[in-house]
Formats: sequence, C-alpha cells, structure tokens
Amino acid sequence: MAVQIKTLREMPREELFAPGHRLCAGCGIPQLVRTALKAVPGPKVVVTATGCLEVATTIFPYTSWRVPWVHNAFENAAATAAGIEAAFKALEKKRGVKRPKVIVFGGDGGTFDIGLQALSGALERGHDLIYICYDNEAYMNTGIQRSGATPRGAATTTSPAGKVIPGKPERKKDLIAIAIAHGVRYAATLNPAYPVDMFNKIAKAASIEGPTVLHYFTPCPTGWRSDPAKSIEIARLAVLTRVWPLYEYEDGVYRINVLVKSPRPIEDYLKLQGRFAHLLQPENRWMLEQLKRDVEENWNRLLKLAGLA
Amino acid sequence: MAVALQLKGQRRVGMTGDEAVAYAVKQADVDVVAAYPITPQTIIVERIADYVHDGELKASYVAVESEHSALSACVGASLAGARVFTATSSQGLALMWEIMWIASAMRTTIVMALANRALSAPINIHCSHDDAYAVRDAGWIQFFAENVQEAYDLTLMAFRVSEDKRVLFPSIVNLDGFILSHALEPLYVLEDDVVREFLPPKEPVNPIDPERPMTYGPLALFDYYFEFKKAQAEAFKSVYPVILEVFREYEKYSGRKYEPVKAYGVEDADVAVLILGSSAGTARYVARRLRSKGEKVGVVSLTLYRPFPASDLVAKLKGVKALVVMDRSYSFGSPGAQLFMDVAAAFANESERPLLINAIYGLGGRDLLPEHVEEAFRKAQEAARAGKVEERELWLGVR
Repeated sequence: MAVQIKTLREMPREELFAPGHRLCAGCGIPQLVRTALKAVPGPKVVVTATGCLEVATTIFPYTSWRVPWVHNAFENAAATAAGIEAAFKALEKKRGVKRPKVIVFGGDGGTFDIGLQALSGALERGHDLIYICYDNEAYMNTGIQRSGATPRGAATTTSPAGKVIPGKPERKKDLIAIAIAHGVRYAATLNPAYPVDMFNKIAKAASIEGPTVLHYFTPCPTGWRSDPAKSIEIARLAVLTRVWPLYEYEDGVYRINVLVKSPRPIEDYLKLQGRFAHLLQPENRWMLEQLKRDVEENWNRLLKLAGLA
Repeated sequence: MAVALQLKGQRRVGMTGDEAVAYAVKQADVDVVAAYPITPQTIIVERIADYVHDGELKASYVAVESEHSALSACVGASLAGARVFTATSSQGLALMWEIMWIASAMRTTIVMALANRALSAPINIHCSHDDAYAVRDAGWIQFFAENVQEAYDLTLMAFRVSEDKRVLFPSIVNLDGFILSHALEPLYVLEDDVVREFLPPKEPVNPIDPERPMTYGPLALFDYYFEFKKAQAEAFKSVYPVILEVFREYEKYSGRKYEPVKAYGVEDADVAVLILGSSAGTARYVARRLRSKGEKVGVVSLTLYRPFPASDLVAKLKGVKALVVMDRSYSFGSPGAQLFMDVAAAFANESERPLLINAIYGLGGRDLLPEHVEEAFRKAQEAARAGKVEERELWLGVR
C-alpha cells in the first residue's frame, strides 16, 4: 500500500535532485522530478529521453542526479528502461541483486510522437516501470515546435499564428486513453499547482507492479511566452478552466480528483500566455470556439467515465 | 584419430548457422536477450526463445516491438550489468543505426549476431555485406564467420572479448545470410562446463547501482565531446591485442586456431584475392586448383574486420604484386567499395604495395562461382604483368 500524504510537510526531506541545474525560471519540470524522487520509495533508477530535462541537468562534467540516471536517445527511453528492468529481473533471480524501481521521464515530443512506439511496446510487455511524461505542449528544447501534445490553436514556430491559419489546427492527443488502452493498471494526470495530489499519485504508481503512466502539466514560460512568476497560477487555471482535468484511472475505475463544478472562463487561462494571444482576437474566434469544444467534450467524457454524468 | 583426441570433451553435432549461434548464446548463459524477428536472423532468436521457455536458459527475453527498441533495451540491460545478446539483419540493423554509436560510446558489452543481408531497395532477403559495412565506423568490434563452426566459436569469443575490462566495446559476429544462417553443417561444440570456464559470468564495470549513483549518457558539447571521442579512439586501439589473446586462449579449449587474417598460399604468391565471409572457401578452392598447375596465387580472408588488422594484412601480402579486393557491397560515388578503401588506406604509406583491383560480387545472394574467382585471378595476373591496372572495378557474375 502506497504512503499517502495530506500536507506538503509530510514529504520526505531528502533531495535526490540537486540544485544548480539549468532548467528555466518558472519551468515546472524540477518540481516534478523533486517530488517523484521523494514519492518513489527505495532504490530507483531514472531514465530520461533527450529533451529539456536531459540537457539541463547533465551538462558534463556536472550532474543534478543523486540516483543512477541513464540517457540513451530521444525516442527510446521506454525501451531503454525496459532493458534495465529486464536485466535487474534476471540478475535478481540469478545473483540476488536488489531490483530498483525504474522511473522514466520523457517530454511530450519524446512521448506523444517519436517515442510512442517504444512506450507502446514497453506498456504491452508489462515491464515494471513508472513512465512520466512532462508535457509542455511543444518541442521546447529545439525552440518551440508543435507536437502531438500541442493544444488546438496554440502558436508554435511550426504552427504559427498566421493570417490564414491561426495556430495549430489539430487537437491534442489523449495520452492517458492511449495508456489505458494498453491495459495498464494505473494512469493519472499531474499538475504542479496540486503538489500533494501529485505526490500521492506518484507514490501510488510506485506501489503497483507493472507499467504505470503519469501525465504532468508543466508550464514553459519560454515557449508559452508567459511570466515565469505566474507558472503555478497558470497551472492552477488549467485545472479550474477544465483545460487540464486532474483525474486518475485505477483498475478500471476513473476518479476526477478536482471536480470543477463552475469552471473559470477559458480566456482567464489563455490571456496569461503569448502563445494564445491571437485566439482572443475577434477574427480568430472560430478557432477559440473549437478549442472550447475540445475542452468541453473531454470534460463530459471524463464525467461519464467517472460515473458522474 | 589425432583429431578425435584433440577434440576430447567436444561433441560433433549438425546445426545451421543460426542454430549454432543460438546454442553458443545459451552456453554463454546470457542474462538478457532483446530482439525483433527479421529474415535470415529469425531462427537465432526463435531457438533462444525455446531455450528460455523450456527453462534451459535463465534469461529475460524481451520481445521488443522494433529493432530500434531491441538495441535500446540492450544498452540499458548492459549498463545494468547484464550479459546481453541481440541478433538482426540488414533493415533491422539500419533501424538500429542510431543506437549503434551510443552502444559503443557508452562502453556496453552487447554481442550481436548479424546474419548478413542486402539492404533494400529492391527488397531482398539474401546475402550482401551492406549491413556490416554500414556500421563499420560505429565503434563495434566485427568478426566474420566463414562457416557454421566459426559462427559458433566466434559468438563465444565475442562475449569474452567485449566484456574484457581492457575492451568494453560491443561486438558483431557476421554470418552470411542463408549461406551460413540456414546451411546445416557439422560442427564441434564445447561442453557447458568448458564454456563456463572459458567464459565465466560477466563482471560488470561501473554498472547501474542505486548504492553508487552515476550519470550515464550526459550532454557534452564543444568543451568535452572531442576529448570523449579521443578517449574512445584510444580505448579502441587496445582491443586488437586482447582479441589475439582470446583467440589463443580459445584454442586451448577447442583446439581450433583463429587469426585476424587467414592466409592461403600468399607466401610465394604474385597475385591474391582478399575476401570476407563464407566465400573464402570458394576462393581457396580455386587458388588450390590454380596452384596445382603452378600458378602463384593466394587468398587472404579476414576473421576480424573491426578493428581492421592493417599491419597483419600488409605483412601477409608482402611480395604480392596485384591484389583483388572482393566486396559484397557497393559504395556509390566512392573511389572504391568499403573493403577496398580499408585496404587502400592500410597500404597508403607502404613503399612496397600491390596494385589494387576492386571486384564487386554476390549482391543480394548471387552465388560466387569458381569461374568468377578465376576471372579475378586472371585480371590480377594481367595487372601484375603490365605493372598497371586497366580496369579498377570489376562486377563478377552480374548479367
């Protein structure tokens, strides 16, 4: 049974993610990593896909990691983790080596797009690992290009807010649904404005034998053109506008963790981010309406799944 | 009966190349196998799956969803301290290409069997050496087997070489697709306890260990990347003497002698051919016939392709006036196919060197016939007589 906390004070004090890394001010990734390394008890190994987290924390000869940390390439974090897990399983049986928990961090590009096949394979084979996608909704490390996780209407360098096409025309993929379709026992969304919820979900994932998938919302002031001081506010608004529902799936049961009964207007969330500025112009209202529909449809779908509709 | 005495403790069995490799992998008691099916390699991993599912091999068999993931998983497993094996061919290796470089630079000890197959297009499942050549620069040790016995022996030796603390580089054992992978041949196999003595369990260097956290695969930019590569280059130079040592050691257990360069008749030869893999036997057959008629011809073949045995090759070819380098591949727009370029570079600063001809043969599994080898010898003889090469690039057996 996983340890569940009620306040931040109950989190373990030990910091396994060292200060001095070079992630941007206002980036949500460090909070995820610090929390995850506290929430997963016992020996652990971290695998990280190429991306912001990798380049900003292991610039040779420095490292921010006080746990074994492995980076192989961009699209293969899940496969690399699978190999590590398989090796420890064999070494545990043959030589009594203690088997650590394997935690994988991949960005949205490394998870939704180029790494989706490797992730699918690892989930299907049932490796004992926690896969955590830190989703800043575009390829931020290469300079803000759209990914399968970029929401409809958002401007990136490859889906610019043009005169004819105002931002990304397509909707965001549903990572959690993809994970659940593989038969994982546990999947959940995480948000930095809800740190206790985040800790508890990671701890729960760690207590489950087999693959689990967590999907973390991380503000990116650089790519979103937002005030670094407002990252947590933006993250909270994402939940309160129903843009980023906080929910979990456990052995067939869906639970909405923050049931937003009267949502804030989505504009409150959008107006804090330069990537959405064009959506608030009258000529792009049609795109804003589509985005609103996406959000509403997703919320209603989740209500049904959670038995609340 | 002398042979029987020498092979005491060995069993004579009939196996295909793929089966022999799988048997060696079982005897090597690997910890992790991650692989994806591709012809003509597939039988290797099918047999290994049998061993694992029947409890004869205690290993984690990771049936990955692609070759890219196969090698990625192997990298993770090797870093975790496991003895690791994979197998592939052609397109599969092409998909692994990105990770081939990482596997070497991260000093993994993966052993791969590569059942050589032509690269598409057109799609083909038979033998070319395109795949092996395409990863020649990636920092892997590469052996070429000439027959099923060698495929078995080299697989065992590859683990020993790769895991040696002075080496720590991954290895490929090449076996010609279908010609060896699917050919049933008699071979001698060592007893399990003999293999265990020759190849004890892996003693990993700096494996993943939560008690000793380390960072594997960091970012190194212009301030360190260059030094990393120089260090890797220096480390790779120490591989060759270890291979010689392992060859000698294996001979004690098996009675079978291995050398990086196999030479036949070159001591007094005017002309010679250089060849890789299963075709060496055909070349020697032709050379033997011509030598019986008094023609001074020789054959050299390489058991070791990477590191390239340059000085050994130069020494063995001393006095040869013209050499035909046989390539089972082609390098478009290059001044020569892949093996030819290696040989040209090996002789670059030698004052005495043979005239060089490049013969392309056997692409996509086309048979190399004795008359093709004879044609190569004739061209070499013409060049040697004339003191110059008229036609540098030959295509043997093409219509």
